[in-house]
Amino acid sequence: MIRVENLVRQFGDFAAVDRISFEVGAGEIFAFLGPNGAGKTTTIKMLTTLLRPTAGAIEIDGLDVARDPHEVRRRFGIVFQDPSLDGDMTAYENMELHGVFYHVPRKVRAERTERLLRLFELWERRNDLVKMFSGGMKRRLEIARGLLHTPKILFLDEPTLGLDPQTRNQLWTHVKHLNQAEGVTVFLTTHYMDEADRVAQRIAIIDHGKIVALGSPQELKQQTGKESLEEAFLALTGSTIRDETANVSRDRLKTMAKLWENRR
Amino acid sequence: MSAIYILWLRELRRYARSRAQVVASLGQPLLYLLALGFGLGPVFQRAGEGSYVQFVAPGVIAMTVLFSSVLSGMGLLWDRQFGFLKETLVAPVPRIQVMLGRTLGGATVACIQGLLVAVVAFVAGFRVVDLRTLPLALLFMGLIAALFSAMGTAIGSAIENIQSFQLTMNFLVMPVFFLSGALFPLDHLPRVLSVITRIDPLAYGVDGLRIALIGRAAFGLALDGAVLVAVALALLGTGSYLFSKIEV
Repeated sequence: MIRVENLVRQFGDFAAVDRISFEVGAGEIFAFLGPNGAGKTTTIKMLTTLLRPTAGAIEIDGLDVARDPHEVRRRFGIVFQDPSLDGDMTAYENMELHGVFYHVPRKVRAERTERLLRLFELWERRNDLVKMFSGGMKRRLEIARGLLHTPKILFLDEPTLGLDPQTRNQLWTHVKHLNQAEGVTVFLTTHYMDEADRVAQRIAIIDHGKIVALGSPQELKQQTGKESLEEAFLALTGSTIRDETANVSRDRLKTMAKLWENRR
Repeated sequence: MSAIYILWLRELRRYARSRAQVVASLGQPLLYLLALGFGLGPVFQRAGEGSYVQFVAPGVIAMTVLFSSVLSGMGLLWDRQFGFLKETLVAPVPRIQVMLGRTLGGATVACIQGLLVAVVAFVAGFRVVDLRTLPLALLFMGLIAALFSAMGTAIGSAIENIQSFQLTMNFLVMPVFFLSGALFPLDHLPRVLSVITRIDPLAYGVDGLRIALIGRAAFGLALDGAVLVAVALALLGTGSYLFSKIEV
């Protein structure tokens, strides 16, 4: 369903993603893990047509992302790591706009919107402006919106960041249901290793723009001789705290590239 | 419901909910209309040009539409800043449609702003010479709005931060406004100034509005319409291209 070959994204001389290759099968739940600033979000942005790769190839559902971005966009849905809602619109209007973008018929749109807003306990607040919502409510709405259309592939970029255990549980139950009942392929990133261990069938670990390990949770634990995925992750990526504390934006990457140049 | 319509509707909803924006955006046109209209009125009249309020009102309406439509490009930067732009860029909607929806929304809001100023101008004493030409005035307002909304979107697509956008706007929009003949008649100008005003697209918009509202022409309706349509199409094309190249 997803095929990535020698993918590179550079910002100046700084390679945020450095010749990575992997494949994700149809109906698979695939976790893409790494420390902050490792290249996860940059990779997702290239997979979802938001960033053009410097080199390499990406295929989504047999389509070349560089040649046919519009067709590719029909195949996937995404829950972003950063907020992407319109705060000056109501929760319902945000859902409606998304549904129109993804060509969900009006009746289906209304039914699914109600079901999802109820699932994430936002139905009573559907007519409130999103800018009045708390951080957790906005996150729940982002997720509900991402699930409104049932795409072939669902990208979840740290979807459970800032959510309480109950909502996280709701989310993963729903994602698993989508995966099993409708065969949706899921590509996710998370910092919660227990989630990845519980949900993902295979995991790739990226660090400094390169994939350092790829396999099932069990294989990664065996490979590193550790009992938990978190220990395996630390064994593969080291225990040093990274400078990056959040999503590495393009501007910050450009700055890093300049600093790197100055150091040389 | 199409993507163009839902994005157009979004701009209108946001405008309707921002009462502060509605009120604040009337301040500058009111200042021009009242301070200049009544301040320069006696001088204008002594020069044998008639009522200055009558002359300047179409220019102030055009100015309102200009500023409001160009500012719609700023909305693109806010969307980039607050993340909503990503939602539109990953959607399976041709980017030309996204750009058109935004531009038409911005243009509609600009026309509403222009109409509000027209009402204020009426209260201040401005009178339309022939009510039958009002649809023509609306058409010219729409053309000005489409042209400069497309320009705002094009600039908003090419520039990533709000400060740079504001500087670029001041650098571009203020000369466009002051050289358009919104505040002074275009006849009897020094030769250099006359040439410059002829390459300012807003000059044709102001002229079209003046013809429709007070029956006073500098270039003529056909030329005004042709220039506005041609420049608006060119800017829509440029805006679409730049919008399609956005990366976030």
